[in-house]
Amino acid sequence: MNPIAHSPHAHAPITVSRVMLLVMLALTPATLFGFWLYGWPAINVWVVSLLAALAGETLILRLQQRAIRPVLMDGSGILTAWLLALSLPPLAPWWIAVLGSFFAVIISKQLYGGLGQNPFNPAMAARVMLLISFPVEMTTWATPAPLGSTGAASWLDSLAVTFVGAHVDGMSSATLLGHVKTEFTRGIELQQALSGYYAPLDALWGHRGGSLGETAALLLLAGGVFLIYKKIITWHAPVAMLLGVVVPALFFSSINPAHYAGPLYHLLSGGLMLGAFFIITDPVTSPNTATGQFIFGLGCGLLTWIIRTWGGYPEGVAFAVMLMNAATPIIDHYVRPRIYGRNRRGVSMSIEPAKKES
Amino acid sequence: MKLFKLRGGVHPQGRKELASERAIRVLPMPDRLFIPLQQHVGAPAQPLVKVGDHVLKGQLIAASQGFISAPVHASTSGRIVAIGDYAAAHSSGLAAPTVTIASDGDDRWLETDSPSDPFSLSPEEIAARVGAAGIVGLGGATFPSAVKLSLSRKNNVRTLIINGGECEPYITCDDRLMRERASDIIEGVRLIRHAVGAVDVMVGIEENKPAALLAMRAAASGTEVKVIAVPAMYPMGWDKQMIRALTGCEVPADGRSADIGVLVHNVATAYAVHEAVRFGRPLVSRLVTVSGGAVAEPGNLVVPIGTLVETLFQYCGGFSEKPARLVLGGPMMGSELFSAAVPVVKGTSGVLALTAREIGSTQAAPCIRCSSCVRACPVGLLPLEMAAHIRAGNSNAAVSRGLKDCIACGCCSFVCPSHIPLVHYFNFAKGELMEQERGKLKLEATKKLADERMARTQRIEREREAAAAKRKAAREAKEAAAKLTQTITEAA
Amino acid sequence: MITAMTSLTILGAILGLILGVAARVFRVEGNALVGELLDILPGSQCGQCGFPGCAGAAQALADGSAPVTLCPPGGRAVAIALAARLGVEADVSGVKDAVPMIAEVREELCIGCTRCFKVCPTDAIMGAAQQIHAVFREACTACGKCEAVCPTESVTLVPVSVTLHGWYWPKPV
Repeated sequence: MNPIAHSPHAHAPITVSRVMLLVMLALTPATLFGFWLYGWPAINVWVVSLLAALAGETLILRLQQRAIRPVLMDGSGILTAWLLALSLPPLAPWWIAVLGSFFAVIISKQLYGGLGQNPFNPAMAARVMLLISFPVEMTTWATPAPLGSTGAASWLDSLAVTFVGAHVDGMSSATLLGHVKTEFTRGIELQQALSGYYAPLDALWGHRGGSLGETAALLLLAGGVFLIYKKIITWHAPVAMLLGVVVPALFFSSINPAHYAGPLYHLLSGGLMLGAFFIITDPVTSPNTATGQFIFGLGCGLLTWIIRTWGGYPEGVAFAVMLMNAATPIIDHYVRPRIYGRNRRGVSMSIEPAKKES
Repeated sequence: MKLFKLRGGVHPQGRKELASERAIRVLPMPDRLFIPLQQHVGAPAQPLVKVGDHVLKGQLIAASQGFISAPVHASTSGRIVAIGDYAAAHSSGLAAPTVTIASDGDDRWLETDSPSDPFSLSPEEIAARVGAAGIVGLGGATFPSAVKLSLSRKNNVRTLIINGGECEPYITCDDRLMRERASDIIEGVRLIRHAVGAVDVMVGIEENKPAALLAMRAAASGTEVKVIAVPAMYPMGWDKQMIRALTGCEVPADGRSADIGVLVHNVATAYAVHEAVRFGRPLVSRLVTVSGGAVAEPGNLVVPIGTLVETLFQYCGGFSEKPARLVLGGPMMGSELFSAAVPVVKGTSGVLALTAREIGSTQAAPCIRCSSCVRACPVGLLPLEMAAHIRAGNSNAAVSRGLKDCIACGCCSFVCPSHIPLVHYFNFAKGELMEQERGKLKLEATKKLADERMARTQRIEREREAAAAKRKAAREAKEAAAKLTQTITEAA
Repeated sequence: MITAMTSLTILGAILGLILGVAARVFRVEGNALVGELLDILPGSQCGQCGFPGCAGAAQALADGSAPVTLCPPGGRAVAIALAARLGVEADVSGVKDAVPMIAEVREELCIGCTRCFKVCPTDAIMGAAQQIHAVFREACTACGKCEAVCPTESVTLVPVSVTLHGWYWPKPV
């Protein structure tokens, strides 16, 4: 006979794997757009990342002698690899994807104790590791060459790019953020650097150089709104992150437009949209309360803007997220909901004044 | 009227349609009734009858003991056949002191005195009659109502709130009661108002009960009672939630609602007050919802206190399929039963036979810190943190994070995507801490006893020594005297 | 070089002075701790911990030669209180496994010899010569002294039966 069960004797129709599936669903439009924009090499990177994550997770679980099936079935490993793939350059060689996925699921997730125990976002930790260790491979960007267009690599070519490391001349280019940073170091002013390079409308649709799945700002936004509608995430962290970038950008660009780019430039470049809606909303590594998430998002946005503007790297989303991940326990320690009948400090509301009032 | 903002809460599938359109039926008197002596918060009642005694319906069979307690009455006329332990309506499956009555089939009431005009009674008189009728909070808290009435009068309560927020899924007994006995409830409400001297009277009813709202509004028109629709959400029926929705005030964590000038009673309690004060009838039966996917004909029954749960299911056509769980109360806070052979008590609002599909629970998975539980918690706690501490064996850390403010409403467990039994953790920790507290109190008491004994043995020892010394001194004195006498004699 | 050596030496000297003063000013009386620990212990002097009475146990706890889980009659509550007072981490999970016990007199065997109530440290046994003895449950600490002296094995320690009042949910697995 079953032991007596504790209440409640009903449950909302939600499971961990359903949460993961919904997030993957929200990522699908932007991912498909990335596939179309960068062609076969992008698809290769994505497939390799996912397979490597599954393999890596199986390996570590076997070493830890834990049950493999339930962990693989919860979908968290696949989602991590998916997010990592979206933040990799489409021309990345296969071993970058494999190494990244292994690092994400083995070192930054399972070694901390598995799902729910990792302090840092596994996808961002892996991306930062790759960026620091293999700067050349991680910053060789593809010029958009949509599937079916003349410049697009054929499937066979793509295999050579991904698995053999063949270099295709004319396929690589710089991202907007990278280009501007390089031009600054040469003492060239912003307006001049942007001319010919910056087309906001194209960037809005995602037609620009960059990581596999981070360019389609509108599609990512749509995915994020879908998740908010489905109550998988809340608006606090994403909105705060966008504010954290927009507010300083607006302020500084109005003071010195020759040196500081405006908010639209920041919103539509790099991995900001992906980060705001899909990375910092990772429940495991973000704070628990709405206020905490807002602070967390604001910090991510500010740090991103600071790194982009004054840092050595052109893009700062991954670094900003990891820094704020480290601050999450502190935020959770200080930001707590107020308990019913108590004040913010947890002391019971006084009985006397209320009596007079009534 | 303006309603105030609420926090947290969930919207479980109501499933009230199973029983909400079934009119109240009266359960035929069963052969035997098993009436527990403790059906309320506080001290158990003291039995006044012996095995073999004949009792009438409504006769006092156990008297209340102490300030917070309630008496128990015979639910029908018949003979007392046993007084002793019987399985309680509780998840533990343990037994509790119970009086068993074999019905004589007459169901004859004890002669009662009923006042011609209950409103001419003094407030103290009403509270006394409510106390003598054994009325307790019928919403499930089972706190003795008379105690609340006298406390509220002492605290000059100005606002009386009647709780019609029946938020547990499946349960429809209050809904039916409001639809079919609205004028009786309103009279009960006015009696309570009279008893505590309240100025404002509000009845809060969830907006998913339009028929009940309509009936209650019609019954309340022309009286000082205001009937207000409140949002349908769980846990709307939590009294402090109802207070916040209607007044915007919060009850201090260390205080009672009377401290902010508010008294809350359930609609079923108001009805019981009406029955007790108007007709002199003690609380010997209550309305119980019988529902769940496995019940053939769900319904709402007037059930004598002490009827076995299995009798209710039988009357409702038995099971249409094998139930996966029998639950006493609603699915959110009710307790699973070992067997259906346990008695209905004053706090039983429903009995459910749920199918596996309705329960819909799976194996617990690791917490992903999604904080759904934080958003769902109506109290403002961090269930995920508290559960993690308890899991690690550190219940005291959970206390510092508000464990004692937890009302065990089940919202957190309900929404958890990892299906972690959060409330189970909290109730385990609360029980463990209570046990430690009991252990500490016992330790203090036994320590005092040990010290006293030590002091006593030492005193006895000292006294014995003193006595011995005295004896010795006396003996020596005697000997000395003898010697002296001898010397004197010899000398002489 | 000289500057560094001098400054470090001076720094060391000052800090040492502060520590020395602090040690004198904030000195805690050793006996105070023993007294406080003694207050926490049951005081029934049952000797189950292996030390001579509760005072001996308190002394051993204070100098760290005994674990906080040493007291069986005190159980979990005492272990936790001791750990809190001594500021040590205690694994109290082992303590809980000991089922709470209580002395019980089997009336058919009791000869009313009064030996048990003479040794009971908390006066938890009632009775008189040639009368059947009974245990006052609220006062019994299950120290086992009565069981040891009973000539007819009439007094035994039995597990405390769970009542509806004391029952609570087991820890979820």
